[in-house]
Amino acid sequence: MAAKEFDIPKLPTYIEIPELNPGVMEGEGPFKSSEEFQNPLGFPGEKVDNWQEVAIAKMGELKSKYRSVQVFLDSCVKCGACTDKCHYFLGSSDPKNMPVARQDLFRSVYRRHFTFAGKYFPKLVGAKELDDDMLDDWYNYFHQCSQCRRCSVFCPYGIDTAEISMAAREVLDAVGLGQKYCNQILGKALTVGNNLGLPEPALKDTLLDLEEEVEEDFGAPVKYPLDVKGSEILLITPSADFFAEPHIDGLIGYGKVFYQDGVSWTLSSYASEGANFGMFIGSYDIMRKAALRIRKAALDLEVSRVMVGECGHAWRVAYSFWNTLSGVGAGAQSSDEHAMKLQKQLDHRYPQPQHIIEYTYDLIQRNKLEFDKSENDDRTVTFHDSCNVARATNMGGIEGGQFILPREVIKAVCNNYVDMERSTIKESTFCCGGGGGLLTDDLMEIRVKGAMPRMQALKEVEKNNGVDTLAAICAICKSQFTKVLPKFDFDPYMIVSVHQLVSNAIILDKPQTDATDAEQAQEAETE
Amino acid sequence: MSTLSIIFTALFYISLFVFIVGMGKKIYQFWITPAPLKIPTAPTQLTQTGVVFRMIREVTLFESLFRSNKWIWLFGFLFHFGLLLVLVRHLRYFIPGDLPEIFLLMQPFKYAAFAMVIGLAGLLARRIFVPRIRYISAPSDYLMLLMLIVIGVSGVIMTFTDNHTDVMAVKAFASGLVTFDWANLPTEIHFLVHLFLVFVLLAVFPISKLLHVPGVFFSPTRNQVDDARKKRHISPWALQQEKEHAVKLEQTLGKDE
Repeated sequence: MAAKEFDIPKLPTYIEIPELNPGVMEGEGPFKSSEEFQNPLGFPGEKVDNWQEVAIAKMGELKSKYRSVQVFLDSCVKCGACTDKCHYFLGSSDPKNMPVARQDLFRSVYRRHFTFAGKYFPKLVGAKELDDDMLDDWYNYFHQCSQCRRCSVFCPYGIDTAEISMAAREVLDAVGLGQKYCNQILGKALTVGNNLGLPEPALKDTLLDLEEEVEEDFGAPVKYPLDVKGSEILLITPSADFFAEPHIDGLIGYGKVFYQDGVSWTLSSYASEGANFGMFIGSYDIMRKAALRIRKAALDLEVSRVMVGECGHAWRVAYSFWNTLSGVGAGAQSSDEHAMKLQKQLDHRYPQPQHIIEYTYDLIQRNKLEFDKSENDDRTVTFHDSCNVARATNMGGIEGGQFILPREVIKAVCNNYVDMERSTIKESTFCCGGGGGLLTDDLMEIRVKGAMPRMQALKEVEKNNGVDTLAAICAICKSQFTKVLPKFDFDPYMIVSVHQLVSNAIILDKPQTDATDAEQAQEAETE
Repeated sequence: MSTLSIIFTALFYISLFVFIVGMGKKIYQFWITPAPLKIPTAPTQLTQTGVVFRMIREVTLFESLFRSNKWIWLFGFLFHFGLLLVLVRHLRYFIPGDLPEIFLLMQPFKYAAFAMVIGLAGLLARRIFVPRIRYISAPSDYLMLLMLIVIGVSGVIMTFTDNHTDVMAVKAFASGLVTFDWANLPTEIHFLVHLFLVFVLLAVFPISKLLHVPGVFFSPTRNQVDDARKKRHISPWALQQEKEHAVKLEQTLGKDE
């Protein structure tokens, strides 16, 4: 299939609410998953014959298992508060990308099949049948939602389109209409251990190469250990950190911080993935299956701390869901054997799990790290709040800590920091456009259009404050920005990991054997 | 009793019954449906007290809506706050006998009817003239507003124009509904329309978007404490699944632990 031609949105000085262009983003949606990827996850390989029946039954099951789904389907009053909040609507002008209209694809079917008014007066309340057209719309438009939850912040009832879009994707999977990108990746993550399908030997080689490279570049024997039993910290990071640019510079940074702190840490080849696409497809069971690998790794490696690298939705799953899914956390009841087994092993002087930003921030607070901030003087930095971190998690156990800590870490290592316009950051942050399982080339049009609001805010600080560096703590954001920045006349290399900035500025003062030290020693002698 | 009075008396009990049973069922459904995951939305509250105050701000000040859209907030707030004052003032009709003195202070609440009607008119205008909101509106969304407007306007007409109704008779009728000492109701058309639509509103409450009233209290993004790391939160169905190793992905994806 040839990529569809589309116009790159212009970047206005202020975001204007577009006029409605019905149908402009209509289409077949992302590539559909095949039997090969569907069956291992327990989904039918292709659209089942009695799909309507299966879908309605699944909807009934979901609304009885998730209070969010039931309450959100019943509570919307169509006030319109969310209609101008979605980046995909602002960038595409397709009215079905307005959060309430997206939900209504699902809600109208709910009304038809599960409510009195919808059964007997469907026209009156906008109830609709789940026919082929509706199912196509579901597949298309529920894969134009990055589950970023911006709409939920602004809804007077907190209705979260992400919950509806997850439910819809779960129904789609149940009738055999899975998305190839997510389900293929899940297969790899759940069998090999990471989204890249990188087996243990390859991972080991990569990390050894990295150690050599880092020692050469920075003159310190920074280690990137794998499967070291008895380490204090198990680091769970998105597998993109092992390979992709700019992600790997962040991984280098984590290693340097660990090195400087002198703590023992390890990666796991069995659980070599922070990302958990089970969340994107809305499946509790699959999300749990992925989370259990981390639990097993923590138990096998006998670590006392579990830490998470820079990844947005991974941090949501870790922070908000791990304790529920697999007991990585604290405060389980003593009768809860499953959770207690692990929680007894973990060191509860630290938050479990802990974010790498929390860890670095804490070291900075305790003056355990020294920086040469001038190393980042060639940059003027702004920070992109990744949606899952910003709206679904916390850091540091203080209100708004997820906004404060990353900024404080950046400011500790950089002299030039500027925030973007307030209405586009923190809890109101605009998604990068590639989250929620949309980071695939077959969705490039919606990714570019959805990036527009973020790019607009970035353009303003570029013009007004000379910002040339965009820092983020999410693997998806980093990959997405690398692709979309050039479309809006930005330098694709302006996107960096926060720990890349840390890495640039950190002073490694452990015994060093590099040339500069030796030279300095010699100079001192000759004087 | 006149036939009309009998019909309206019956309608009152029927609509009240539908309201109570319907809302009871719905609230019970919201109550028993588990929230398996912690999903509070920023700005999250880290303590139960914080959550209580967040909810209070949400239902009294419409905090999120204020952040979202000042026009919808203004009209929505005028309507809801106006309605609240008007409802409080209506208590005088249902309390049998002499009223406590406090009701004297509530006399000015009658002007809240204007706030209510202006708010509703603003919401209706937005629904009609803002293309985004028109796009998401079903006939029932207009109808609901129209119904409330007619209730409000008929009330205003009775209170502020010469089309007064016999309030003593209204009181006898309304308090009679409470004490089962039924009486005839006034038969002015404004009053009958007013009353009839209120009954309709009561009856459709549990099967319409008016469910946002209980819904907001059950909304997990608003009512959950952000403490997932500190306390294990697990729903009954998930716990059972965990204990029984009931997730059948073991043949295809390998065993857990």
